[in-house]
Amino acid sequence: MAFLVAVAIAIVRMKDLFAVIMLSGIYGLLSASFFVAMDAVDVAFTEASVGAGISTLLMLVAITMTGRTENPSRHKPLLALAVVTVTGSLLIYGTLDMPYFGLAQDPVHLHVAPRYINDSMQEVGVPNIVTSVLASYRAFDTFGEVVVIFTAGMGVLALLSVVRHPKDIAEIDSINKSMHEEHLILRIVAKMLIPFILLFALYVQFHGDYGPGGGFQAGVIFAAAIILYAMLFGMSTARRVINQSFIQMFAAIGVLLYGSVGVISLLNGKNFLDYSALSVDPVAGQHLGILLIELGVGFTVTAVMVIIFFNFAGRRKDQQNKEKNEP
Amino acid sequence: MIMGLYNYWVVVVLMMVGFYIVIAHGNLIKKIVGLSIFQTSVFIFYISMAKVDGGTAPILAEGIKQYSNPLPHVLILTAIVVGIATTALGLALAVRIKEAYGSIEEEEIQEKDNLDC
Amino acid sequence: MDISSAVFLLIGSFLCVSGGVGILRFPDFYTRMHAVGVTETLATAMILIGLMLQNPDGLVLLKLIIILLMTLFISPTASHALASAALQNNLMPELDKQENNEKESSSNP
Repeated sequence: MAFLVAVAIAIVRMKDLFAVIMLSGIYGLLSASFFVAMDAVDVAFTEASVGAGISTLLMLVAITMTGRTENPSRHKPLLALAVVTVTGSLLIYGTLDMPYFGLAQDPVHLHVAPRYINDSMQEVGVPNIVTSVLASYRAFDTFGEVVVIFTAGMGVLALLSVVRHPKDIAEIDSINKSMHEEHLILRIVAKMLIPFILLFALYVQFHGDYGPGGGFQAGVIFAAAIILYAMLFGMSTARRVINQSFIQMFAAIGVLLYGSVGVISLLNGKNFLDYSALSVDPVAGQHLGILLIELGVGFTVTAVMVIIFFNFAGRRKDQQNKEKNEP
Repeated sequence: MIMGLYNYWVVVVLMMVGFYIVIAHGNLIKKIVGLSIFQTSVFIFYISMAKVDGGTAPILAEGIKQYSNPLPHVLILTAIVVGIATTALGLALAVRIKEAYGSIEEEEIQEKDNLDC
Repeated sequence: MDISSAVFLLIGSFLCVSGGVGILRFPDFYTRMHAVGVTETLATAMILIGLMLQNPDGLVLLKLIIILLMTLFISPTASHALASAALQNNLMPELDKQENNEKESSSNP
């Protein structure tokens, strides 16, 4: 915990944005290990892959376009310090009323959580309680969140997409050959590793019922494999492998899959997203429902992460081409 | 009492550091980094509320009686992924602002706006 | 079993600490890369072997072996990528700089 505070204060003081982003990656990794110490394994998995992986990557790509250092501030931020100190002391005063950390009789542990812990096996039949709560008891919240991710992807598309002209295939091949010598070792190791990364992403996706995992983490790992490929082999090759319009459709298919599971439950006479309507045996229905919506979540998260990265990188390439052609 | 509430106080300190970065620094990218520090400190707050002494991870297994509370885990799981999506959107906005105004320092952007009006 | 696993874990932690000290004390980028490479690969391998000896049967052992193999592939590649990126951006090693300075000062009397 003290490390976290030290890293945060270091982020405040540094002017070089590259170092700031690296420090924020370390911050994410430290908080992931803190989550493991707090027995939150699913959350630690997600924070490690998202906070320490994808978020650092996206910020680095953004910095290549906006500039690397920060201007020194011209005035002393005394008012900001005063506001922060007052807010901080009020918050600490508020925590004095809280129950102590870790007691089993805290009110937060007494009402809803025992029902989930005790009844999850009979009603849903899945050992990972976090997955059963996320995908079955609180599936409507997860639906809203998938739509939020989809909307963020659409927003990035609207802001940063660039009209591209299809290049000659011969030109792309010549660029690839010239880059091959520089990155030889990296390319060979990446070619060996990417299938394993994809396999691991599939394992995490389908094993989310029995251990930490599930749709979100699997989607992020899948997208990380594709981004690794795109970084090492060039954007044009990656665009030929993963078609832009296909990826956008993929994102929409994920959301539609989730929604249609809910609508099918409606059509079968039960509530929206009530999985016991999907099959004769209610527990089997729950399993089927959880599988389908985790697939939907995985599709959407993968596609949105890939869309965001491709648009950032494509914008950067466009800027570089314009700078080459202008002077 | 300090050991009982130590986690929460550290979380408050982290939140205040993130808050300070957002209001006191002019660079847009640094503000976004500060915002994500703030978000992560809120996650730490929820997860430390969820821990039960002597409990284990909330995955049903033989012979374990006490589990940590799974409900905050679910909320934070969705919050992390939504957080990265909104951070990506914020970064995209910062890139566009840089292209439109030529700089991402808050004061220079405001000067340019005042000049145009 | 316990003694050998403890020995491996201790060696691994010592290598980690020495890698950390190396990052702080070495004078030049490339020597620091060497310290990091040692930490990442060898120390991780020692700690993983120590963990394997703690629990010598079952699925956990298989997973730890796979993690060890992956680490042996990935961390040298990462160190190589960093060092070659530095070389491409013309960051000269310290000894080369000193030699160039001596040659200049000896050829301009």
